[in-house]
Amino acid sequence: MSTVPAQSPRTHSSSDRATAVHCRGVTKNYGTGNSTVRALRGIDLDVYEGELLMLVGPSGCGKTTLISVIAGVLDRDEGECSVFGKDFSALSSWERTRFRGETIGFVFQSFNLIPTLTIAENVSVPLLLNGVDRKAALQRAKEMLSVVGLGDRVNDTPNRLSGGQQQRVAISRALVHNPRLVVCDEPTSALDHETGHKVMELLRGVAMSGNRALVVVTHDNRIFDFADRIAHMDDGQVDKIVGSAKELYGPNMSAQQA
Amino acid sequence: MIRYALKMLMGDRARYLGILVGVAFASLLITQQGAVFVGLMERTYSFVSDTPAPDLWVVDPDLEHHADSKPMLKQELYRVRGVEGVAWAVPMFKSFTKLRLPDGRRCGCIVIGVDDETLIGAPASISGGSGADLRLADAVLVDEADVSGKLGLTGNLAAALGGRTRLSVGDVLELNDHRAVVAGTFKIQPSFFWDPVIYTTFTRAVSYSPSERKELSFILVKAAPGTDLGALAERIHAATGLKAYTEQGFKRLTAMYILQKTGILINFGIAVALGFIVGTVVAGQTFYNFTMENLKYFGALKALGTSNRQLVRMVLAQAGVVGVLGYGLGVGAASLFGAVLGGTALAFSLPWQLLGISGGAIIVICLLAAALSMRRVLMLEPGIVFRG
Ligand SMILES: Nc1ncnc2c1ncn2[C@@H]1O[C@H](COP(=O)(O)OP(=O)(O)OP(=O)(O)O)[C@@H](O)[C@H]1O
Ligand SMILES: [Mg+2]
Repeated sequence: MSTVPAQSPRTHSSSDRATAVHCRGVTKNYGTGNSTVRALRGIDLDVYEGELLMLVGPSGCGKTTLISVIAGVLDRDEGECSVFGKDFSALSSWERTRFRGETIGFVFQSFNLIPTLTIAENVSVPLLLNGVDRKAALQRAKEMLSVVGLGDRVNDTPNRLSGGQQQRVAISRALVHNPRLVVCDEPTSALDHETGHKVMELLRGVAMSGNRALVVVTHDNRIFDFADRIAHMDDGQVDKIVGSAKELYGPNMSAQQA
Repeated sequence: MIRYALKMLMGDRARYLGILVGVAFASLLITQQGAVFVGLMERTYSFVSDTPAPDLWVVDPDLEHHADSKPMLKQELYRVRGVEGVAWAVPMFKSFTKLRLPDGRRCGCIVIGVDDETLIGAPASISGGSGADLRLADAVLVDEADVSGKLGLTGNLAAALGGRTRLSVGDVLELNDHRAVVAGTFKIQPSFFWDPVIYTTFTRAVSYSPSERKELSFILVKAAPGTDLGALAERIHAATGLKAYTEQGFKRLTAMYILQKTGILINFGIAVALGFIVGTVVAGQTFYNFTMENLKYFGALKALGTSNRQLVRMVLAQAGVVGVLGYGLGVGAASLFGAVLGGTALAFSLPWQLLGISGGAIIVICLLAAALSMRRVLMLEPGIVFRG
């Protein structure tokens, strides 16, 4: 199944949308001395509100490192990086944690749902962290799970669900507290093609209502059509930003090229 | 989030039980060994507890414990009676004597002689016969616990008496070749010492023993109402050179002697330390494993905006729950042990102080166990959540 998503990809210029993420000259090294890995070598990238930006490129080019820096779970070495005008490195560790909890939603490749909690409890976590009381949080979590089609499974634990269902739970957890930015690292790579496609439809449909920005790291060129823009990385830098996969690989792109 | 932290812990059945077992084991071992120790200690001074309430025990200044034998001259009794604040003072004699039973068996025994007139110092609980029967000729009282055991009748005699094995009122003993008639039995606590105990009057007890110049083992003193016991003890010491102990002080003297002169403290100390160490290692290791197993979830929680403070509270809550439950299980098992074996030869005493001590030890164990885990969780980079 490879239907083109409801909203066709569009390109925006920096002038008609507010900036969600702003990166200039961001660098990040791992390790020191001879074993230093220069994972990011001067990243320039803007992500706008209301867009789904995909981050693609060969393995090891720094995609995960970049979204970790953007999401404030990893400190950059140099350059500027701000999310809705806030620079993580200017915040105290506590403020950073708070800002992350309010502003950013996370979707992971391996779901990272807590296996001993019900899916409703898992989804309620960001609300609890934002001070919502338990009852209300569970109620909202259940509503969110209904939106992603899991309204009848709210009291199940994650391991009773399929991979696609678990990722839908993870998406609910990423969105339940209405964060303005959602970052996803390979959200479909643990899923088969059809399930991955459905998850992307959901992400695009549910997450893009409202004026959110989404950054999705992926290897999976079959979901490229869901992107508004695609940023291609190589060797720690963004070397191309395009409006569609065709611009990146030409009309006859193959699965290997991503 | 605390509730979810507990669900995380209890959802991991195997590790949860592992940690509980570690804590419960430590709690059981510390409490049970402690209780046996306290029980044994209480038995070392049971003679003092069993002697009905004099205010002071006056003894030779070099006496090291109550079972020590350093008799005083009879005149000391009159000197003590003369000290200001002494309402009355009575003599007590205690010695080790040869005993011949009706069936011909022989053994050693402890003979305690109490004041002929007042019988003060005789056990409070007298069952067969009465304390006053001590005034009958050659009368002695024997320990209820010994009449069918150490002092029981055996062999031909028992057969001739139609199978009676209990030593009874009217039976005749020989104490150091002197005739002694059983006039009754008394109940005292089980003692640390093993020789049968026999009570009689002071005069008779002295006559059962080889003659000695000094025949006063203890002087039991009652203070005049409103007298400060500490001050009275000092006055007695100043006037006579003898040492006066309160009941507590005399017990402590004996217990400290046993602690210093035997390996009993070290042995129990080792058992308790072992419980503590094994409990800490088992609980700490399992708790650490649990945390490591859940590290990626802690990482995810951190990325989602859980502060270090909240994480610390979550880990402490987890440790607290296993601490409380493990402590309860351990103390419960120890009490059960005490209840089941209560009234047997096994010493067991569980005062609240001991519960406090084992509770404190469990708190330390849980904090140690949680500390390692907490460190891991606090050092955790939330960035790991994106790593496979
Ligand atoms: N914690 C780390 N310590 C040392 N080197 C690291 C660490 N994390 C990543 N790297 C290195 O940094 C570079 C970029 O890694 P990163 O994970 O960002 O790449 P990626 O584009 O996400 O790759 P993939 O597509 O395989 O997930 C790689 O060379 C990687 O080996
Ligand atoms: Mg990656």
